[in-house]
Amino acid sequence: MENILKLLERDARLTNSQLAAMLGTDEETVAQEIKRLENDHVILGYKTLIDWEKTDKEVVTAIIEVRVTPQRGEGFEKVAERIYQFEEVESLYLMSGGFDLAVFIVGRTMREVALFVATKLAPVEGVASTATHFILKKYKESGVFFETEPEEQERGYLL
Amino acid sequence: MDYEKLLSRTAADIPPSGIRKFFDYLETMPDAISLGVGEPDYQTPWHIREAGIYSLTKGFTKYTGNAGLTELRREICRYLARRFDLDGYDWKSETIVTVGGSEAIDLALRALINPGDEVIVPEPSFVCYSPIARLAGGVPVAVATKAENRFKLTADELRAAITPRTKALVLPFPNNPTGAIMERGDLEAIAGVLRGTGIFVISDEIYAELTYGKRHVSIASLEGMRERTVVIGGFSKAYSMTGWRLGYAAGPEPLIKVMTKIHQYAIMCAPTTSQYAAIEAMRAGDEDIEAMREDYGYRRRYILKRFRDLGLDCFEAEGAFYVFPCIRSTGLSSEEFAEKLLVAEHVAVVPGNAFGASGEGFIRCCYAASIKNIDEALDRIGRFLDTRTKEE
Repeated sequence: MENILKLLERDARLTNSQLAAMLGTDEETVAQEIKRLENDHVILGYKTLIDWEKTDKEVVTAIIEVRVTPQRGEGFEKVAERIYQFEEVESLYLMSGGFDLAVFIVGRTMREVALFVATKLAPVEGVASTATHFILKKYKESGVFFETEPEEQERGYLL
Repeated sequence: MDYEKLLSRTAADIPPSGIRKFFDYLETMPDAISLGVGEPDYQTPWHIREAGIYSLTKGFTKYTGNAGLTELRREICRYLARRFDLDGYDWKSETIVTVGGSEAIDLALRALINPGDEVIVPEPSFVCYSPIARLAGGVPVAVATKAENRFKLTADELRAAITPRTKALVLPFPNNPTGAIMERGDLEAIAGVLRGTGIFVISDEIYAELTYGKRHVSIASLEGMRERTVVIGGFSKAYSMTGWRLGYAAGPEPLIKVMTKIHQYAIMCAPTTSQYAAIEAMRAGDEDIEAMREDYGYRRRYILKRFRDLGLDCFEAEGAFYVFPCIRSTGLSSEEFAEKLLVAEHVAVVPGNAFGASGEGFIRCCYAASIKNIDEALDRIGRFLDTRTKEE
């Protein structure tokens, strides 16, 4: 059911009974369908979007462009696997264009991230070069704006 | 100054909208939830806003032609053909761009009515038709649609309202406030009554894009009806552009000509910025419409289920973004219900009788709100009903 996925992608906290009402079906059907989607790994997990800037926790995110020297018979897969196993790596994508792998690293400080790149990422066999870009400010993520305070708007209450 | 003498009798005698006081009261409640206002809760899609902004940076800040930008009127004709099988309107002589659908309704009524002409207005319906008909010197004739007919206008009801003085029929479907739609068969029956008469149809199709499961059918697309129909549409509901104030009418040349003449003297032209934004909306906005409709569809099912679970009778509204539950089982009038609910639980709904006497016993709830707000509002309505049951 594509609709369940669309609704959950936008708001994972919708209850089965809410989903059932919205889709015009019953709770049992929704529960079964979600179970199936989880078993098939179509639904991989449920997460919360957090603006850490508004908390005391220090978080820095960096995008590392990685160029890879493909190994004979291994392609990019082996290198990617060696990289994404690190806990510090939040996301990893194979890219077209000027570099090969985009690695998203989350750490407490820039130093911590830089150290990770120097000591863990760069030495991985097959990594030819890295370029680290720190994220300075997030405006939007997964379709959600970070600045959510709408400006006060004078409006009329019309029928 | 004796203002009683000064003011136009017709204008002064039109009753004010009774809703104002609700919303004034509502504004004083920070925790209030409103299912009252008939307005999309989406922002205008950015590419449309951006087109408006771009027109400003280019300096397009002058009047446009009276009837609207050529490109926009061409797009309106393409749109009507693409989405509602209304083929072959001539942009030059058969369309006009107006300040909202409301102005188009005003123009059509003023262009048609001679003193004493009767205008049939199915009710419950949007509040403007009768006052405007009166201001134009006409006599509004209310026809009550019924819950047991799913608030559709039936051929018998129409026939019974027709007199030798009948000039026009307002056809407000998909309907605000009931959410009723008229399907092809329903419209054929109405057309059957009208063909061969001199009665003209003002088809207010502002909610045409918001139907769920069934595509909207315009009465103008039926055999022989185009020559006796003006189709009124707009951008407010379809593209979430209420504040841009932009609508249009498409109809027979002689009528559009007179409507344009009134518009030319009273309004000059619709807002230029809005017209540029509207061109973008019609060229690239079909997907926005689908996305919003899909979302409204979920909310519609959700609110219907919640009302029914509360034990309130609620017919399956198939259009617009309203449900119209019956509250007679509470023993309260529509106004009492709305007022007590607002005071007790800080939830705003609109009493059905605001849309005509036949709306008594119902309340209008707009589901252009987040599921979270709909949920909270219905929890509160449930609590309100429980408390009343206990008190009894």
